[in-house]
Amino acid sequence: MAAEKLKCKECGSEYPLVALYVCDRCFGPLEVSYGPPTDAGDVAALRRRIQAGRGDMWRYADFLPLAGGPPGPSNQFASRAGLPTGWTPLVSADRLAERLGLREVWVKNDAANPTHSFKDRVVAVASARARELGFNALACASTGNLGNAVAAQAAALGLPSYVFIPADLEEQKILATSIYGTNLATVRGNYDDVNRLCTELSAEHDDWAFVNINMRPYYSEGSKTVAYEIAEQLGWELPDRVIVPIASGSLFTKINKGFREWIELGLVSGREPVMNGAQATGCAPVANAFAAGQDFCQPVKPSTIAKSLSIGNPADGPYVLELARRTGGSVDAVSDDQIRAGIALLAETTGIFTETAGGVTVAVLAELARRGDIDPDERVVLLITGDGLKTLDAVRGSFKAREIDPTVDAFDLAFETVAA
Amino acid sequence: MAARVKIPTQLRAATGGASEATVEGGTVGEVLDGLFEEFGELRERIADEQGGLRRFVNVYLGGEDIRFLDGIATSVPDGAELTILPAVAGG
Repeated sequence: MAAEKLKCKECGSEYPLVALYVCDRCFGPLEVSYGPPTDAGDVAALRRRIQAGRGDMWRYADFLPLAGGPPGPSNQFASRAGLPTGWTPLVSADRLAERLGLREVWVKNDAANPTHSFKDRVVAVASARARELGFNALACASTGNLGNAVAAQAAALGLPSYVFIPADLEEQKILATSIYGTNLATVRGNYDDVNRLCTELSAEHDDWAFVNINMRPYYSEGSKTVAYEIAEQLGWELPDRVIVPIASGSLFTKINKGFREWIELGLVSGREPVMNGAQATGCAPVANAFAAGQDFCQPVKPSTIAKSLSIGNPADGPYVLELARRTGGSVDAVSDDQIRAGIALLAETTGIFTETAGGVTVAVLAELARRGDIDPDERVVLLITGDGLKTLDAVRGSFKAREIDPTVDAFDLAFETVAA
Repeated sequence: MAARVKIPTQLRAATGGASEATVEGGTVGEVLDGLFEEFGELRERIADEQGGLRRFVNVYLGGEDIRFLDGIATSVPDGAELTILPAVAGG
């Protein structure tokens, strides 16, 4: 399946595979389109080739828009292949399922990536393509996790980088970006202000690969690998339903694209999974539009602890709405208290500590289960996109420790009700 | 009343390469109409059939998205800066 061109999602105009992201004719977003696979029809051979591939996301390089295949040593970047990314665990969450009255729930733990979020996937593809196109710097507008991923990937590749974030981000996310020696700009404003600034800056610095602006068609394709992994890890089967957090909406649409590509290739069979989107009430432009039956999103000013999802003007919102409706899913929003409860529920039942965005996803799963939207026989996959250690404020003060003297008696006294 | 309109690179083919234009108008809609009169090709690029803006077009007045103001009816003070940009998903 070789990438052939960029195609406008709105009007279908075609462009070569360069650093373009907007259609000149109608301003619509551009997406990579592919030719037919070379060995279409021989599903068993294709599966074997994937299974014999690398133990990271490059096992799916056939389905990604790189001209030169998986990045490896080259003349220009000897041994600088980038951070090994993807092939994260798909964990059976039977105790979580039981608590919610469901039969089968799986957690795709994408916090198990090099910088602890799914953003390493999109950055891997964007930076590999940026090298193919001859760029000499990486840049991004970020709500936090992307900044971590770009700064780290640039350090691994030996490239300079520029990261732009809202100034009020969690301290952990700021530190885990700056440590890599990036050029970090903390912008007075929210993510939508940062995004506007970077869209303007990308026109001024056309020698920078802004991973989520001028490299966006390549960047977003990296999210398809989440879908491929879920299907392969389920033994070449599809889940009935996936629950995905929504910020810009790109991850949501690309997970569906990944499933559909594999259905079309015959690598998996069955119907496309029901897609449920998860947002925080304090930043719910897509959930609001879904509830109102609209096909466009009215932008909002974000105010929620789920800062990684705080995009008030989500550019892929219209596509998310279309997709949620087509697959029989929904887009729901949950409060900050529900988010905190979601983080705790996942941690207690699976041993996975997620950040606020994961709390949003867990809370939406709980809400769907409570509402009776999920048939108890369904196989549900919950996408956990980031690590709880990056949003410690969300759980501060939520636990009780017992400080004791270093004696057995002191322990027995303090814990007699627990250890008895 | 005149506003300074910043033209994104993707639309400069329709403005003969100009990156800015000074246009008369008391509202965002009037300024855009003035811009379309000057550069006819721009209208079909960013306006829809009903005269509104296409869904992937963002317009900012002094840095604020006009959808937080009064949309294309937003009044434009003399000397204000209007920026047209493509909507870009983020993360």
